Amino acid sequence: MKLFKIFKNGIIDENPVLVQLVGLCSVLAVTTTALNGLSMGLAVTAVLLGSNIVISLLRNVIPDKIRIPAFIVVIATFVTLLEMFLNAYLVSVYRALGIFLPLIVVNCTILARAESFASKNKLVPSIVDGLGMGLGFAFAVTVLGAVRELFGSGTILGGTDFVINVFGDAYQPAGVFVAPAGAFILLGIFIAVFNVVINRKKAKN
Amino acid sequence: MNLLTILVSTVFVNNYVFARFLGICPFLGVSQKTETATGMGLAVTFVITMASAITYFVQHAILDPLGIGYLQTLTFILIIASLVQFIELFIKKASPALYDAMGVYLPLITTNCVVLAVTIINIQEKFTFVESIANGLGASLGFFLALLLLAGVREKLELANVPKALQGVPIALVAAGLMSIAFSGFSGIV
Repeated sequence: MKLFKIFKNGIIDENPVLVQLVGLCSVLAVTTTALNGLSMGLAVTAVLLGSNIVISLLRNVIPDKIRIPAFIVVIATFVTLLEMFLNAYLVSVYRALGIFLPLIVVNCTILARAESFASKNKLVPSIVDGLGMGLGFAFAVTVLGAVRELFGSGTILGGTDFVINVFGDAYQPAGVFVAPAGAFILLGIFIAVFNVVINRKKAKN
Repeated sequence: MNLLTILVSTVFVNNYVFARFLGICPFLGVSQKTETATGMGLAVTFVITMASAITYFVQHAILDPLGIGYLQTLTFILIIASLVQFIELFIKKASPALYDAMGVYLPLITTNCVVLAVTIINIQEKFTFVESIANGLGASLGFFLALLLLAGVREKLELANVPKALQGVPIALVAAGLMSIAFSGFSGIV
């Protein structure tokens, strides 16, 4: 039961993107399509899971004073591994994420979980926390990507074999949604909507 | 490439915050007051310019000759982390007031993606030493400008009647979006 709570915590109550507002650079940059958003979300989940596992196992070995550099080395190692893996097996994803792939190192979500959770908890809760936070991140970026794609290019699932042209060929895409400005404004609206939903739920209880 | 072109391009046209989405966390985190925004901007400028110079040498004198380019991310982030530690000690001694104002955000420069991004882009674009520094300076000035502008807007927003759900970060993001539209007006200059 407690594990489920940790998991749900990451996805809803403390969603890294919509509630904690961390790691927003990659959220805004790669969400031009749902597919890109999902790739980024899964990449972050993979790194988060790996770093949470290692840091949780090493939590009694790492001296307190140098813990932050130690965490960063662990995270950077996983990011480098992921980079090599994607470059070798999934080149299209590697290209789509571009500079934001190495930048997962400085995604504050991961360091924040290392510092506030994995370094203080046992292995199993840390794995669940990594999964929950990672999937919470993935959920937010995928939805944001889907909305931007829908209005900005008029498609659903663009970049895959199942592209659907929602509004037909005559649709003039609203470029602002794909442009940086649309990303900022949409994310702002998303967070506001999430706030309203969460507050209603709290008021009900 | 012309140094002036690099500067104008990174400050206005391809502003790292508005066009490339880098450094959004501190952009939203320390933009509530112009005073803290200035401190953060200065610290970031110093760190990025120094980091550009140091990583250039590390890449070309150590990583490339040894053929261990894949350690780039790991090496660069460690260099940046030590630089930040250094500037933290320096500010603590030189200006305790500034140190108090920036508080928790100073160590967070390490996880400010602008810094790492600039150093990686310097290498990717095959910039020379001087161009790397120009790119670093331009990027940090662009970040500084964006931070200062948003801080100004948010100070005014304090007095506005914002709907409850939009208060704080959401309205700041909307404001940033509008500023980003304004900045897109620079495109085509260079």
